[in-house]
Amino acid sequence: MADHRTIGDVLLNVEGISLSFGGVKALNNVSFNVREGEIRAIIGPNGAGKSSMLNCINGFYHPQEGQITFKGETRKQMQTHKAAAQGIARTFQNIALFKGMSTLDNIMTGRNLKMKQNFLMQALYFGPAQREEMEHRKVVEEVIDFLEIEAIRKTPVGRLPYGLQKRVELGRALAAEPDLLLLDEPMAGMNHEEKEDMCRYILDVNDQFGTTIVLIEHDMSVVMDISDRVVVLDYGKMLADGDPDEVRANQDVIDAYLGVTHE
Amino acid sequence: MAGGAASSGGFDTFPKLLLENARVRGDRPASREKDLGIWQTWTWAQVAQEVRALALGLKALGVERGDVVCVCGDNRPHLYWAMTAVQSIGGIPVPVYQDSVADEMHYIYEHAEAKYAVVENQEQVDKLLEIKDRLPELNHIIYNNTRGMLHYEQDFLDSYADVQDKGRAYGAENPGFFDASVAEQSGSDTCTMLYTSGTTGRPKGVILSFNNMIDTGRNNIELEGLSDQDEILAYLPMAWIGDNIFSIAQSYVSGYCVSCPESSDTVLEDLREIGPSYFFAPPRIFENILTTATIRIEDAAGIKQWMFKYFMDVAKRVGLDILDRKPVSMTNRLLYAIGDLLIYAPLKNVLGLSKIRLAYTGGVAIGPDIFVFYRSLGLNLKQIYASTEASVFITIQRDGEVSPDTSGKPAVGVGIRIEDDGEVMFNGPGVFQSYFKNEEATHTTKTDDGWVHTGDAGYIDADGDLRIIDRSKDVGKLNNGAMFAPNFIENKLKFFPHIKEAVTFGHERDNVTAFINVDLESVGNWAERKNLAYSGYTDLAGQVPVYDLIQDCVEQVNRDLAQDENLSSSQISRFLILHKELDADDGELTRTRKVRRNIIVEKYGELIEALYTGKSSCPVEAVVTFEDGRTDTIKADVVIRDTKIIAPAPAQAAAE
Repeated sequence: MADHRTIGDVLLNVEGISLSFGGVKALNNVSFNVREGEIRAIIGPNGAGKSSMLNCINGFYHPQEGQITFKGETRKQMQTHKAAAQGIARTFQNIALFKGMSTLDNIMTGRNLKMKQNFLMQALYFGPAQREEMEHRKVVEEVIDFLEIEAIRKTPVGRLPYGLQKRVELGRALAAEPDLLLLDEPMAGMNHEEKEDMCRYILDVNDQFGTTIVLIEHDMSVVMDISDRVVVLDYGKMLADGDPDEVRANQDVIDAYLGVTHE
Repeated sequence: MAGGAASSGGFDTFPKLLLENARVRGDRPASREKDLGIWQTWTWAQVAQEVRALALGLKALGVERGDVVCVCGDNRPHLYWAMTAVQSIGGIPVPVYQDSVADEMHYIYEHAEAKYAVVENQEQVDKLLEIKDRLPELNHIIYNNTRGMLHYEQDFLDSYADVQDKGRAYGAENPGFFDASVAEQSGSDTCTMLYTSGTTGRPKGVILSFNNMIDTGRNNIELEGLSDQDEILAYLPMAWIGDNIFSIAQSYVSGYCVSCPESSDTVLEDLREIGPSYFFAPPRIFENILTTATIRIEDAAGIKQWMFKYFMDVAKRVGLDILDRKPVSMTNRLLYAIGDLLIYAPLKNVLGLSKIRLAYTGGVAIGPDIFVFYRSLGLNLKQIYASTEASVFITIQRDGEVSPDTSGKPAVGVGIRIEDDGEVMFNGPGVFQSYFKNEEATHTTKTDDGWVHTGDAGYIDADGDLRIIDRSKDVGKLNNGAMFAPNFIENKLKFFPHIKEAVTFGHERDNVTAFINVDLESVGNWAERKNLAYSGYTDLAGQVPVYDLIQDCVEQVNRDLAQDENLSSSQISRFLILHKELDADDGELTRTRKVRRNIIVEKYGELIEALYTGKSSCPVEAVVTFEDGRTDTIKADVVIRDTKIIAPAPAQAAAE
């Protein structure tokens, strides 16, 4: 099928980001941008600073230098909840779900920021709170339908296999109806079939909802297949930025992945 | 059998029955489907509207009388409606197995000369697009679920809703068309064409008329007293004859509601929410439900386990008699009532079976333990013997006359006769018209006076119940002239959870012998509990305690066979446990896990000879093929065991 998406203007611009923890430089002067509607991958070996980069984008880490512009709004210091309110949702490398809650409830938490009724009204499940809950439930059910997880709707997520938990986490992020979706190693630890499924869902999200996606992955073949542009990090520094073919041919990238002997 | 048209008051086609249902029970539920977590209901009147709109839309697209329209997808109300919509404008709907791969589909579409297809979703559309170039006749595809279809721009693709819109417009211009078209048809017209899955050769298209379906459905409704208050869950493939009778014919005739599960993974949960009163499941499903329940009981607290055990014993003792309305002592009745309160009713509720009035199983033999388990809970589970060529029902067990090893008495209007070679033949209202474009097969299967060969060997027992023994081509003879039915004996062996696969030999031999494959999971578990160390299948299979375990099973089968005078000389005299698992990759089984006898005879000739020469062991080498194509050789010394032969039961013991 031909590519019907339209890649738009720059949605997110990251400029000159440096982040250090004490003496350790996690990120060193990293700059790249993400355009509306594209799938952007950040790759690199272990400890390259990929997750740190995501944590900067959604306001969890505060970089010492550089600035991040999202939807034309520049910020230096930002709180995670503000990032979420602006339309950024994410999944985590080590699944961060509420293990004792059902799939449905977990995905429902993704709607939390969009709920307007106060705690008391929600607890009493009264009038407007009831209507609101029904509206949100509908969105959640659409996500469940989209990800084909009807059968586990009421299962506590702690009892689900790993691959499905990853899918539930994606569901929770989707429930927030984000403009920018950050996926931290969505395919780590999955078998081949689960990876293929996850790729299909990522492409479908991008295609059907037009959601912009930034994903971290170290399975090169997956990244090269599904992403439009790739940023390569190594020891906090940017090695390359470009479309998959360019990046694949880049000598620095090959060295970083395969290792070179230093004389 | 009463004439179709006479007994159905002139409503001799599905479209006519649909309109009648919309008239007499317009606001009763007809179809249900779970969408976004909520059950959606359509009444008969709404269904009639939906069908009318789609039918007219198909007409507007160009569907003519006699055109074949394939229908493919999971059980969805919209696809069931499509079947009736096609029929109401004189087309012939052909449901196709939704999990067929593109090549299998290609054969059916090409053979049926399908011009249109109504499919469920993107997945099915993609499969058709893959083979569309090789199907010049196929000129339009209609899909129901629009998800993922946004960017498909081919002009031969249309969404179900769009076609219905076209139909409404067409209806406004041609107001009388639909009713006239429905009235034009009669019961002898072709209702549908079903492709049999075909264990041998290519699938055959079985042509069935409206009379076939409606008379068969109605006879069964009258026999079992089904009404529009009943409910069923439609979860078995639409391309299978059973679903066409249970979810379409019988629903249309009696007016009961058909619910469709949310997805194929949620069937058990949906079963519980819907609580059907009429239910068909192949034995495999009953086994699965029981296994799930058993595992959960094993995890339950001690007191609960004790209660379950105690009351299940009570149920086993008296449950069957209570269900069959036989005299049972007051104490036992009281115990059973307490058991019902504490165990049986809650258990049935968890399994989604509390409202069941009538449950059927069939297709393959059901394990007696499983069958008795459900019946002792008070569930009216009965066996049927069915075939596509008969529009399902050939025999049905009658209330109060149920036993695990018969198939029951002939269905209403059906005649049964046994040929000299033991083959079962039937006739009746459901006998198919012909195989599509295959006159030769029609002639070899159906006689000129309407009797149909089943290919199964069986006999009618003293109570008049049919007992199916085996496929007649597999049935052989022992040297003493007694009948030898390998599948029958193998099935009895396989009912033991420890035995995964069995192959028996005996044709033109003095006695019967068997190859056994143990079930690695079940026997492995057993070995762990016994502190028996083993390194893999070959090691486990060769151990003496495992042989003892299997010998017990084999001798139990022998005891069973001794009860039946026809089969008592088929007792297994020697057996061995194979050093490797029979595998489809090695060509020993078909992909559907049926044993390929000729290949096994060829491959393991030495072992078979050893079974008949009195040796106590035999060295073997076997080549195994791994999934990636590599091969390896397994060497082993296979032990052969003799088993006890039980003398045939004296007459009075058999009468007990």
